[in-house]
Amino acid sequence: MAVLVIADHDGSAVRDTTNKTVTAALALGGDVDVLVVGKDAKSAADTAGKITGVRKVLLAESGELGHHLAEAVATTVVALADGYDAVLSPATMDGKNFMPRIAAKLDVAPISDIVEVVSADTFVRPIYAGNALETIQSSDAKKVITVRPTAFNAAAEGGSASVETVTGSDAGKASFVGEEMVKSDRPDLGAAKIVVSGGRALGSAEEFHAVMDPLADKLGAAVGASRAAVDAGYAPNDYQVGQTGKVVAPALYIAIGISGAIQHLAGMKDSKIIVAINKDADAPIFQVADFGIVGDYKTVVPELMSALG
Amino acid sequence: MKVLVPVKRVIDYNVKARVKADQTGVDLANVKMSMNPFDEIAVEEAVRLKEGKEHHAAGTISEIVVVSIGVQQAQETIRTALAMGADRGILIQSDADLEPLAVAKLLAAVVAEEKPDLVLMGKQSIDGDNNAVGQMLAALLDWPQATFASKIEIAGGKATVTREVDGGLQTLAATLPAVVTVDLRLNTPRYASLPNIMKAKKKEIAMKAVADYGVDTAPRLKVVKVTAPATRSAGIKVADAAELVSKLKTAGAL
Ligand SMILES: Cc1cc2nc3c(=O)[nH]c(=O)nc-3n(C[C@H](O)[C@H](O)[C@H](O)COP(=O)(O)OP(=O)(O)OC[C@H]3O[C@@H](n4cnc5c(N)ncnc54)[C@H](O)[C@@H]3O)c2cc1C
Ligand SMILES: Nc1ncnc2c1ncn2[C@@H]1O[C@H](COP(=O)(O)O)[C@@H](O)[C@H]1O
Repeated sequence: MAVLVIADHDGSAVRDTTNKTVTAALALGGDVDVLVVGKDAKSAADTAGKITGVRKVLLAESGELGHHLAEAVATTVVALADGYDAVLSPATMDGKNFMPRIAAKLDVAPISDIVEVVSADTFVRPIYAGNALETIQSSDAKKVITVRPTAFNAAAEGGSASVETVTGSDAGKASFVGEEMVKSDRPDLGAAKIVVSGGRALGSAEEFHAVMDPLADKLGAAVGASRAAVDAGYAPNDYQVGQTGKVVAPALYIAIGISGAIQHLAGMKDSKIIVAINKDADAPIFQVADFGIVGDYKTVVPELMSALG
Repeated sequence: MKVLVPVKRVIDYNVKARVKADQTGVDLANVKMSMNPFDEIAVEEAVRLKEGKEHHAAGTISEIVVVSIGVQQAQETIRTALAMGADRGILIQSDADLEPLAVAKLLAAVVAEEKPDLVLMGKQSIDGDNNAVGQMLAALLDWPQATFASKIEIAGGKATVTREVDGGLQTLAATLPAVVTVDLRLNTPRYASLPNIMKAKKKEIAMKAVADYGVDTAPRLKVVKVTAPATRSAGIKVADAAELVSKLKTAGAL
């Protein structure tokens, strides 16, 4: 049995979502290789080789792969697939984009967002916004799986796997035009130990940043948001926590002015400790909060800032 | 130009799904069903492309065909799309809940018949949360894909699509025909007006069977069981920020 993990990386290093996916891959059993696709991604491939349990690292580079375009990634992976019984990727936006394409090219039923490996062919995944957990057994000879990173521990560093170059495809009928990335010095939302999230209550982009940013900086936290806050333009799209946004499970999640809709809870209810600040004592968020403060964030957040010292 | 919009009938997004006691699935008896919210956004964008609303040139699209694969009642979902402004519908009846691969194969067969220039669809169905069919359809057709769209421009035989990705936004240009899957920020779907609901009753819905398309829809995945997740119990309310901080310190969270 051999498993191929497609790495999530920023060009210079793999993200911890990759280490977590390696843990899931090791649970399937057999040898685990990591594929790094990109452009000028050699140093990311080197960091992948340090993950304990990895047999070897494959590096595929091309211009289109630098932007992780689905067509190029799928062609690259399909060409390698013969040597593997399973292909795994973290369920990032990239992984969600190219993995089903790979599955269809291989005539395999993809398995999205697993939270548990029961055995080499049986997996658990949330459905209905996490209100149900489905255990499914795949009869496909090859498995194509995305892994929910928050559900697995990161494989440790300590390995020394070698890096091998493989052909990177450049083919595709779609081409990269541009990107607008949000720059931030704060920890990554998916990996942060503390997340502070703001909702519709914040009322404007200026207020959102004026309230959330200093609190996040004080706590060393990442900033998240509800859909309502993102839709209204208070926060960038990739701050959205929820069923159809990012799933987070930090040690501490602080929801400020967020009601706690099913779709929002789907993205944060596995956090270790949940704090809710909301002026409505009946807001559903309090049903999952370990500690709740009923009050106006305009007074509670400044008090919290000073209590934190 | 012609656009195909696949629409799925799913549990209404306001309803909290409950697992059946026998662990065979989710209880959908007497539960409100609606069009998958992402599919509503896809229908809305198609109608705007036809009307020439927002930044779209009038008549970018001349015909909107909606297709649903599902139970008989999925006709209602198609009617909703027709009332929003789609031109005609196709229902491929299936009482079995088909897997994304089978759905994608059926849609590929519909594409072969209808020959649309563009397939606009939801990024994810809110029941299975697969986020797979659009990407798979694009693969089967060997078309380019542009997923998670927050802006679409159609011109010069290309779809220029802004996508919601980790870290921000990415724009790519896909040569038509292409599959575009839509995200929440693309638009806010309209409510159908009463006159349009009446008009929609006269629009055509072609009734088909899965067998009409001769594709392999055999399941690859066996549902072993469906269980309820561990529930979180509500904690305590604290009086103020100072008490909160001391509780968090005790709990080791700070
Ligand atoms: C297909 C689909 C997908 C979705 N996906 C997601 C998703 O991924 N993530 C997500 O978050 N949502 C998602 N949603 C939206 C979700 O249903 C809710 O609409 C959304 O989460 C509400 O955001 P909110 O809590 O900020 O706003 P609201 O529900 O409006 O809540 C605002 C809260 O702020 C409180 N408040 C107001 N003023 C103050 C004040 N001064 N101080 C303190 N509290 C105050 C109010 O009491 C209220 O509880 C999705 C919806 C659909 C249909
Ligand atoms: N049974 C179906 N009938 C029509 N369209 C579907 C069906 N299932 C999925 N789709 C389409 O595929 C999209 C993604 O669904 P999924 O991959 O199941 O999350 C949906 O938003 C629909 O546009």
